[in-house]
Amino acid sequence: MTLALGWLWRASVLGLLAFAVFGPLANLLLWAFAIQWYYPHRLPLAYGFRYWGEVFKPTSDAFASLSTSVLIATITVVVCLLLAIPAGYALGRRRLPWRGFILLTLLLPQAFPSVAIYFNIARLFYKVGLNGTIAGVVLVHAAHGLVIAVWIATAAFAAVDEELEFAARNLGASALRTALTVTLPLAAPGLMAAAIFVFLESLDEFTGTYFVGVPDVTTLPLIMFTASLAGNYQIAAVTALILLVPSIAFMLLIERFLNTEMLAKVG
Amino acid sequence: MVLGLFAYPLLYSLLSAFTTPDGAFGLDNFVKTVELYGTDVLFTIVIVATSTVLIGIFSALIGGYLVLGTQPAAVAALKWLYRWPLFIPFIVAAQCMRTFLAKNGMLNNALDMLGLVDVSNLSGLLDWRGIIVTFVWKETPFVALLVSGAMAALDRASIEAARNLGAGSLRILVEILLPQIAGVMTVALVLAFVTMLSVLSVPIMISGGSPTMITVDMAFRVNSYSDYGVANALGFISYLIAGLAAWIYVRHNVAGQAAG
Repeated sequence: MTLALGWLWRASVLGLLAFAVFGPLANLLLWAFAIQWYYPHRLPLAYGFRYWGEVFKPTSDAFASLSTSVLIATITVVVCLLLAIPAGYALGRRRLPWRGFILLTLLLPQAFPSVAIYFNIARLFYKVGLNGTIAGVVLVHAAHGLVIAVWIATAAFAAVDEELEFAARNLGASALRTALTVTLPLAAPGLMAAAIFVFLESLDEFTGTYFVGVPDVTTLPLIMFTASLAGNYQIAAVTALILLVPSIAFMLLIERFLNTEMLAKVG
Repeated sequence: MVLGLFAYPLLYSLLSAFTTPDGAFGLDNFVKTVELYGTDVLFTIVIVATSTVLIGIFSALIGGYLVLGTQPAAVAALKWLYRWPLFIPFIVAAQCMRTFLAKNGMLNNALDMLGLVDVSNLSGLLDWRGIIVTFVWKETPFVALLVSGAMAALDRASIEAARNLGAGSLRILVEILLPQIAGVMTVALVLAFVTMLSVLSVPIMISGGSPTMITVDMAFRVNSYSDYGVANALGFISYLIAGLAAWIYVRHNVAGQAAG
């Protein structure tokens, strides 16, 4: 009897939690496939892919902004990794003085309310002609992504066993060859995680693009935002789903990286 | 790069905040800010602080159950369930909530179907409550992930000892687990606090009207009036609020490094 009551209690709490977690997502999903839905109907009156067609029409704003978003995110990843690999290697090997201080300084912008920083960057970029350009948006995304990239890369390089590098050097490999054929492949999974993380951050970034991207660079989050405020809930829901799928996939993929061990190394 | 894209704009914003319209050094912007947006500053602090407290409570409960739960099936279900919003962008979370919490949203409809409320009398939760719900929904998984990780790494002997002595789960959570992970919890909550303070999309999309959060006021000041003085004064206030939180963060980080 107590056992059954215990399970009833557990099931109802978990059920409530499931509703709280998935309810908002389910509502979004309904809107993405609804063609007609108005008060007081509890569910849409007609379903279909009409708005998917509108979003994916090659001439639509949403489709154009999707390619802009992917382009910006890709360049951002390349920029961040080019900087984060050497930085992470140096920091991960703990030979640098002030290591902790450098890592903390990198984290400082994260501990700052970013809105005020962004509109001042926008004002600055406006003067030098970077406002409304892809390069300007990439710079803003990269500055933000770099912090994460350096931290993850540092943890990845710190996890590579130094003995293996010594062994390669003893067998006559040059420093560069050791780095390219031993260290880098061993750190690759962590660097991959950093790359995906930076890509997603850039894809989802809103505030920075909102100030720096106007009026010419429109990314997917901006399209979603405009559509939502204009009351085009279907368009907003479809674009939101496009942004949502990579995030969820990443969460399921990252489970293995996001264990306590990894977090302990980052800290 | 971090220096150029962070330190320089920061300095710029500080100078701008303390410059009067005729170019002299002064507090005019702050006087105007308090006059126009004093309520919004308080509103922001209340919203972010309330959300932080709720996030702390929920993540402690989730982390505690993951460590102390006796039914493996329920623990596994919770573990699978709580992480979903972790990487969902704020703007998508805001759009989800904009429909979920609306008058005709799924929440009201579900309550109505259960016979608990009548939709036609409800107005929806798209105001300060909606902002808090969205923040808690989005940030709890992050804090809970760090907290449960820290709890799982603790020595189980003290938990078993307390349990043998007859302590209930809630008591073990509050008296044994939480004191040991207080550092991690503080750091995670501070990060969540600052993140919520800087989100622009959620307050605009959930609740457009007044009072609203200062991020919205900053964007409005810049986009509609090009009034960088007042916007930067608001920015300075947000630095102050975050600075207070960051001070706690650094203190804990230094203490942690000294101990570790």
